[in-house]
Amino acid sequence: MSTGALIMAIGTQAVFIVVTGFFFYKVLTIKPNPEPDSFNDNDEESN
Amino acid sequence: MAKAQAAGWGSRVGLILAMAGNAVGLGNFLRFPVQAVENGGGAFIIPYLVCFLLMGIPLLFVEWSVGRFGGRSGHHSTPFIMDAMDRRKLWKYIGVFGIFTNIAVAAYYCYLESWTLSYVYHTVVDTFSGQTQGQVAGHFNSYVSLSSAEPIIFWVICLLLNTWILSRGLSGGVEKVAKIGMPLLIIFGAFLAYKAITIQGGQQGALFDGVKGLDFLWTPKFDTIWEPKVWLAAAGQIFFTLSIGMGSIQCYASYVRSKDDVALNAMSAGWMNGFVEVVLGSSIIIPIAVGYFGIDGMKELLSEGGGLGLGFKTLPYLFEQWGGVLGVVAGVAWFGLLFFAGVTSSLAMGTPVMGFLKDEFGWKEKNAAWMFGGIVFLLGLPTVLFFNNGVFDEYDYWAGTVSLVIFAFIEIILFAWIFGMDRGWKEITMGADIKVPIIFKYIIKYVTPLLLGWVLYNSLPGIWDTISHKGSKEKIAFYENKEAIEKKIGEQQKKLDSFVDFNPDYLTEKYSDEKIESNRDLSVITYFTVKKQRALLKLMKDESFRKESIAAEEKTKLFKNLSRALLLGLWLIIAYFVYVAYKKRIKEGRLTV
Repeated sequence: MSTGALIMAIGTQAVFIVVTGFFFYKVLTIKPNPEPDSFNDNDEESN
Repeated sequence: MAKAQAAGWGSRVGLILAMAGNAVGLGNFLRFPVQAVENGGGAFIIPYLVCFLLMGIPLLFVEWSVGRFGGRSGHHSTPFIMDAMDRRKLWKYIGVFGIFTNIAVAAYYCYLESWTLSYVYHTVVDTFSGQTQGQVAGHFNSYVSLSSAEPIIFWVICLLLNTWILSRGLSGGVEKVAKIGMPLLIIFGAFLAYKAITIQGGQQGALFDGVKGLDFLWTPKFDTIWEPKVWLAAAGQIFFTLSIGMGSIQCYASYVRSKDDVALNAMSAGWMNGFVEVVLGSSIIIPIAVGYFGIDGMKELLSEGGGLGLGFKTLPYLFEQWGGVLGVVAGVAWFGLLFFAGVTSSLAMGTPVMGFLKDEFGWKEKNAAWMFGGIVFLLGLPTVLFFNNGVFDEYDYWAGTVSLVIFAFIEIILFAWIFGMDRGWKEITMGADIKVPIIFKYIIKYVTPLLLGWVLYNSLPGIWDTISHKGSKEKIAFYENKEAIEKKIGEQQKKLDSFVDFNPDYLTEKYSDEKIESNRDLSVITYFTVKKQRALLKLMKDESFRKESIAAEEKTKLFKNLSRALLLGLWLIIAYFVYVAYKKRIKEGRLTV
């Protein structure tokens, strides 16, 4: 691959992988809000 | 405590995967790489990213927060969500677009989705084994020409599957599919991307390395970056890929409670879609096509049938070159990936109309789902029966392209300038799990509406050309002009002469079309050029063939006009039901504004 193509490909893909991973990690690790929240799966925990 | 919401999301991850699944569609794999190749290669990513930041993300914030705002008052579809945002009666009729687009897109999209199911089946039973490129392409052509009942059977199965999943509700149906489908889609995509970029010239029938395709796709042609068409293509891609301007994001978000975040959710789902598109979508069809056909062959294939043609007419043939089990696994992964991309999107298209029927007329989930299935069946039938007469494309253009831009433009004006940016900003940041940069307040108010207005303004000539059937008129004029046909034949002849593997015998009468299609040594470029050349020669020599072509084009115009009437009728019927619901609300004293 040419240097220009390599820089564009790796640079762009790295941005999308890192940012997607960052936001999804935050979603997974942020504590759920106290009840009542939007999500049925949390309901049993609060009962 | 009772369940938080009778109809709602089971978990946050489920909501995000469903929302990302809504956005991730066949276009991520079939449209994005083609747009990149045709609009400056690696340089395309610059306008793409700018449009993502200035138009995609702001609209995601707007649609998620508008949805949650509506959900607070018990509205789950755009007519009455928009009605709750301003006193003027007009808005609920603008909101009709948010139901119309979903039904009309689902009408043709489910047919497309059913092709992927059929191709998974044909891959497993080894239908394409030993076939030539021409025969594999011919399979697709005869499929959409309804040479058997198979396309209708798979289409009905696909509709029943969608309806059944929708009838099980958000957490019991849509979310479960997203939780299974999205991880599988990423695994299949990663496998195919790995295989595509490790293709080596000289092995398994490949002529070049797969990396050559990546090189071609990512090499930036910076001189193209100031061309308006490149920016329009990037803006268009952002629209289609994020499913903004449809009304489905608002519907999904309307099941989120006020104190729960929308900002981080919007970012997570939006970037996940970007990841699938930019990382996986760019690494599959182009590297594989270039590996086997070279850059010129890949371009020829794209000019013949775009990404869709490449995905359905060519890839099954190439997977066969990988041999035995690997070929079958790759085929199942490819069409399975497209199926999951499709089904997670079509399910999102069902929820706004279901929300409307439940909210306004007290329908049960199951009944609403079957009503959606029934409407899509009736409206989709012409796209199946008259695919070759341009009905499918007409639906795609009006519902899947024009309607999105118009609705998104009006929606952002309502949000930023009528509902008010201060109230809007509070909606976006309420309960947010991330700090939303304040600059987005100004981007949403000034930049996004301007950018959308620019996209809409620049789309007007194309819309007018479509309304006036410019393409059909040009084709008819060509068929009527012998000199133009002769000129075109001369150009085709020059192109043919430049191919090293061209054998003029292919054009003589003793070689039938079947002979061309069964010749494994014929390159893809020569194959298509010979086919074109033959059609042109036939056009020039055969007066009746010319007349038939003109008649076929006139028929296409008629079918396109009928499709438009059908779509307009659909819009008016939905508007009528919105009016009925409005009257019902007045009677019941349920008006929100």
